[in-house]
Amino acid sequence: MGILELTAVELGKWIKSGRVTVEEAVQACLDQIKKAEPRVNAFVTIDEEGALCRAREVQRKIDRGELTGPLAGVPVAVKDNLCTRGLLTTCGSKMLYNFIPPYTAEAVLNLERAGAVVLGKTNMDEFAMGSTTETSAYGETRNPWNLEHVPGGSSGGSCAAVAVNECFYALGSDTGGSIRQPSSFCGVTGLKPTYGTVSRYGLVAYGSSLDQVGPVAKDVADCAAVLEAIASHDPKDSTSIKRADTRFTEALVDDVRGLRIGIPRDYFGEGLNPSVRDAILKAVEVLRQKGAVVEEFDLSLVEYAIPAYYVIASAEASSNLSRFDGVKYGYRASAYEGLHSMYKKSRSEGFGPEVKRRIMLGSFVLSSGYYDAYYLKALKTKALIKAAFDRAFASFDVIVAPASPDTAPRLGQSLCDPIQMYLGDIYTISVNLAGLPGLTVPCGTDSLGLPIGMQLIGDCFQEKKLIRAGYAFEQSRCYQGPALARELERLPKSEKQRGLSGAEEKASRAEAFGSAFKERADWMKGGSK
Amino acid sequence: MRKEYETVIGLEVHVELATKTKIFCACSTKFGGAPNTHTCPVCTGMPGSLPVLNKQVVEYALAVGLAVNCQVNQHCKFDRKNYFYPDNPQNYQISQLYLPICHDGFVEIETEGGTRRIGIHEIHMEEDAGKLIHDEWGDASLVDFNRSGVPLIEIVSEPDMRSAQEVIAYLEKLRMTIQYLGASDCRLQEGSMRADVNLSVREAGAREMGTRTEMKNLNSFKAIARAIEGERERQIEILEAGGKVIQETRRWDDNKGVSRAMRSKEDAQDYRYFPDPDLTPVEIGDDWLERIRQARPEMREEKIIRYQKEFGLPPYDADILTGWKRLADMFEETTALCGKPKEVSNWLMVEGMRLLKEQGMDGDGLSFSPKNLAGLIGLVEKNVINRTVAKAVFEEIFRSDVDPEAYVEEHGLKVVNDTDALAKAIREIIAANPQSVQDFKNGKEKAAGFIVGQTMRAMKGKADPGLVNQLVRKLLEEAK
Amino acid sequence: MANVISDATIEYVGILAKLELSEEEKEAAKRDMGRMLDYIDKLNELDTDGVEPMSHVFPVHNVFREDVVENGDVREVLLANGPECTDEAFVVPKTIE
Repeated sequence: MGILELTAVELGKWIKSGRVTVEEAVQACLDQIKKAEPRVNAFVTIDEEGALCRAREVQRKIDRGELTGPLAGVPVAVKDNLCTRGLLTTCGSKMLYNFIPPYTAEAVLNLERAGAVVLGKTNMDEFAMGSTTETSAYGETRNPWNLEHVPGGSSGGSCAAVAVNECFYALGSDTGGSIRQPSSFCGVTGLKPTYGTVSRYGLVAYGSSLDQVGPVAKDVADCAAVLEAIASHDPKDSTSIKRADTRFTEALVDDVRGLRIGIPRDYFGEGLNPSVRDAILKAVEVLRQKGAVVEEFDLSLVEYAIPAYYVIASAEASSNLSRFDGVKYGYRASAYEGLHSMYKKSRSEGFGPEVKRRIMLGSFVLSSGYYDAYYLKALKTKALIKAAFDRAFASFDVIVAPASPDTAPRLGQSLCDPIQMYLGDIYTISVNLAGLPGLTVPCGTDSLGLPIGMQLIGDCFQEKKLIRAGYAFEQSRCYQGPALARELERLPKSEKQRGLSGAEEKASRAEAFGSAFKERADWMKGGSK
Repeated sequence: MRKEYETVIGLEVHVELATKTKIFCACSTKFGGAPNTHTCPVCTGMPGSLPVLNKQVVEYALAVGLAVNCQVNQHCKFDRKNYFYPDNPQNYQISQLYLPICHDGFVEIETEGGTRRIGIHEIHMEEDAGKLIHDEWGDASLVDFNRSGVPLIEIVSEPDMRSAQEVIAYLEKLRMTIQYLGASDCRLQEGSMRADVNLSVREAGAREMGTRTEMKNLNSFKAIARAIEGERERQIEILEAGGKVIQETRRWDDNKGVSRAMRSKEDAQDYRYFPDPDLTPVEIGDDWLERIRQARPEMREEKIIRYQKEFGLPPYDADILTGWKRLADMFEETTALCGKPKEVSNWLMVEGMRLLKEQGMDGDGLSFSPKNLAGLIGLVEKNVINRTVAKAVFEEIFRSDVDPEAYVEEHGLKVVNDTDALAKAIREIIAANPQSVQDFKNGKEKAAGFIVGQTMRAMKGKADPGLVNQLVRKLLEEAK
Repeated sequence: MANVISDATIEYVGILAKLELSEEEKEAAKRDMGRMLDYIDKLNELDTDGVEPMSHVFPVHNVFREDVVENGDVREVLLANGPECTDEAFVVPKTIE
C-alpha cells in the first residue's frame, strides 16, 4: 500500500515514527496532483514551492519535538474562500482573479499551528454559490468516481481532491450543505460543525449567519482530529463560541448502545432516489444491530427550509458581496465612464450568472416595502425550524438523513434549472438554519457506482454523538476510494502530463483577466513575512 | 401680501466619540495620520474580515443618552445600511435602525421666551466613513480610510426647534453636555461634531407639517444660521409661487450662501437595512446602567452651584467659566495650585476671554498649563511684578505657555523697589521740572501725580507704584 | 407565475446592487426572480404570528473588544491589491464634478 492510501491520522503516525518524511508525503501529493489535475481540476492554485519549503520547516519542528500533534506534517488542501496570506485566494471568481490576502484565515492558522502543510487552494462554486462546482470561473471540477459527473458543491474541489488522494484531508465551508453534499457525491467524510465552533475570520462570507468551516477527510477519525485542531474561540469573530469540550477524538468509540436515532419520515418520502434511501436505511440497520434505538418521526416544516434559506442567504450575500466593487482589490473593468459605471461594469463582468442571480434576489427581498414580507418572514420561519429540531432532539441523539436526494448528476445537467438545483439542498439546508452540526459518511454506491452518503444530524454542540455514530458505522466497512485514485498512483511519475496540473493554464487564464498577479504574489510573499 | 410662516426644524447631530480605537477594530482614531496608515483588513473591508464591537463606544453612548434623559433599549443591535460609495469600504455602513441604543429623551434650552424642551427621538451608534481627497487637476479621487470605522453617535432630535437661535442653543447644550461627559471634544470645525438640519415651513397656525429637506455640510454655527435662513426663504418662495417643496437632501455652500440638491439617479435612497449577522446583540443590564450613572462626572449645572459655594464666585463668573469644559478645567486646576479662585477667574474671564476673542477662538482654545497661570498669580501676589507687566506676561503664557518666573527674569521685568535708586531718579525728575514743584507748593495735588507718572515712565513701568507715590510726596515736601 | 417582475424592477434592483445586465440577462433575471419569489411565497402558508424573528441561533451577546490600539501601519500590504493606487491611497473615478 502506498502512502497516499493512508488516512491523515495514519500518515501523522508514520511521520512521527520516521517511516516517512513530511517532504516525501508532500511530494507524493504533488505527484498525484500532477497526474490527477488534468482530469479532475480540483485545485485553483497549487503552491508547490511553498509546500515543499514548509514541509522541510515542519520536519525540523517535528524532529526537535516542537510539533507532536496527530496532524503534524500532514498535507492539506484548503478551499479557495479561506484567506491564505501571500497565496492567491479567488473564491472561484473572476472578481478575485488576483487577490493575494494580507492575512490567513483563523481556521487555516489553527491547522498550521498543528503542523499542517498547505498544498494549495481548491476549486469551488463561485463564492460558494452552487451545488456542483460548475459555477467556478476556473473551470468545473469533475467527480473522481466518474469524470462525466459533478463532484457536488460548493466544496467540490476539496471533496474531489480528498477522494482522488491529491491530499490527505481538506478544509471546506458549508452554508447550505456545501461540505456534506459534495462529500456524499465523492464518497468522502465531511463534517459541518455547530455554528460558531470554527472561526469565520478569513472565510470570505457568503451567508454570514449560516457559514461554517469544516473538515473533509477519508474517515470519521480524521474528521474528528481535524475538527479538534480547527475549533477555537476566536476573539476576532463575534459569533465564535467558547466551547467547554472540543476533545472530539475522545468520541471515536465503537459503541452506540442506547443511542437514540430518529428517522424523519418527511426526509424519506417522495423525491428521494430509492437506491439512496435503501443504502441509508441499510446503514441505519447496521447501527441498530450495534445497539442503537431507531425510531421514525415527523420533523415537519421541511418544505419551508429552502425558501427561508434562499431569502436569508441571498439577502446576506447581496450585502456581503457589495464590497467587491473594483476599488480595493480584485477585478476592475478596463473601460468605464465615472464612478457608478466603474462599479456596475466591474461587478457585472467580475461576477458569474449564479452570483448575480442571488445578489439580485437578495437586494430585492431587502428593498423598501419587501423587508417584512420576505426577510422577516424568513427569520420567523427559521425560528420555527429551530424549534422543530429542538423538539426532535428532546427524543433523539442523532437524526439520520440523506445528504442529497440523488447521487452526483452528470455535468451540465443542473445549471439549466436553478430552482431544481436549489431543491437538491432540501436535506442539508435546515441544519444551517438551525446552526446544527452535520456529518456525512459514505454508505454505499448506486447502480452506476457513484457514492451515496448518509447524513447524521446532531443537536447544537453534540458533534461527539455524530462522531461516535459515524465511527461505529464505519467500523463495519473499510474506506474505498475511487478506482481513479489508484490508477493514477500506479502511473509512472516520469510520464509527461499536460502542464503542471493545469496550473499554468489557470495562471494564463487569470493573467488574461488583467494585470500580472504573480509578481504581486511573489512580492507579497517576500515583502511581508 | 406674503403669509406668515413658521419654521420647523429637527437636527441630526453626529458626534465622534473620544475612544482610542475605532468602533470595530483596534486601529487608532488619532487625527491627522498620513493617508491609510490607521487601517487594517476590517476598516478597509477586506474579504473575510469581521467586526468586533469596542465596549467603550457603548459606554459613551449610554453616558450621553442618560445625560439627555433618554430611555435605554436594554436589548439593542446593529444593522447594515447598504449603499455604494468609495469612502464606505464594505459598501454598507454598520449602524442601528431597528433597535437604537437610546430613545425618547430631551434637553432644555434657554430662549428669549423662557426655557424650552427639545425632544430627542433617538441616539444610535455607527461607524464613520473614510475621506475622499479630490485631485484638482486630474479626473480621480483618492480614498483614505483613516476615518473609516471611527465611532459616532447620531443624536436625532424631534422637530421641536423654530429658529436658528434655538438650533444653536440646542447644539451648545449638546456640546457642553457631551464635553463634560468626556465622550467627545465636539469640535464643529474639525468635524468631530456635525449637524444635518431637517427643515420645513408651514403657514402660521397650521397643524400639518410641511415637506422637509435635509441640509448637509454645515461646519460652523454661523453656517448653520445662514443655511437655516437661506432654506427657510427658499421654501417660502416656492410655496408663495404655488410650488411644492420636494423632500430631498441638499448640500449647503457657505461661501456662495446657496444650497444644491444632492440627487442622482444612481442614488436610490433605499438602504436595505437588515440586522448585521456578524455582530451579536448588546444586552444592557440594570447594573451596567447603574455603573454608568455612578461614573457620571460633575456636569455644568452642578459646577455653577459649586463654584459659588466653594469658591465664593459671583454667579456671573461661574456661568462664564463653565461655558467650556476646558475653561472650567483650567479654572479648577489653576485654583488648586494657587488657592486664589477669584484671581484665577479674573485672569481667565478678562484677559483670557479677550485674547480668545482676538484669535477667533472659544473656550476650548485654551492650551497653556495651569501651572504657569498659577505661577503668574503668585508673582503678582508677592509683588515681584506689577499688574501692567503681569498682563504682558499673561499674553506670553496664553500664546506660548512660557514659565512666568523664567520669562520675568530673562526680560528683567521685576518691580524696582530699591528706595535709593528710585529716590535718585525722582530727584532728577524734580530738578528737571521746577514748575511742578512750584505748583505743588501752591497746593496743586495734580503736580505730584505728574511726577509719579514721569517716574513710572522712566522706570519702564517696573517700579512699585505705591513706593513711588510715597517717595515723590516725601521729596516734593523736602523740595518745598 | 404569480410574481411578475417588471423591467422597472430589474432596473431598480440593478441600481441597488450595482449590476448592469445585458438584455438577455435581464430577461433571464425577470424569469428567475419571478419563479424564485413564487417559490418563496410558500412561506405565506406558515402562520408566524407572534414568532420572534431569529437572526442569531444562539443567545450570545455582549461580545466586546477593549479600547486598546493594537494595529500598526500596514498600508503597503493593504494597498498592494488595489487595482489603481498611489503610494498612499486607493484611486477611484472622481466623485464630485
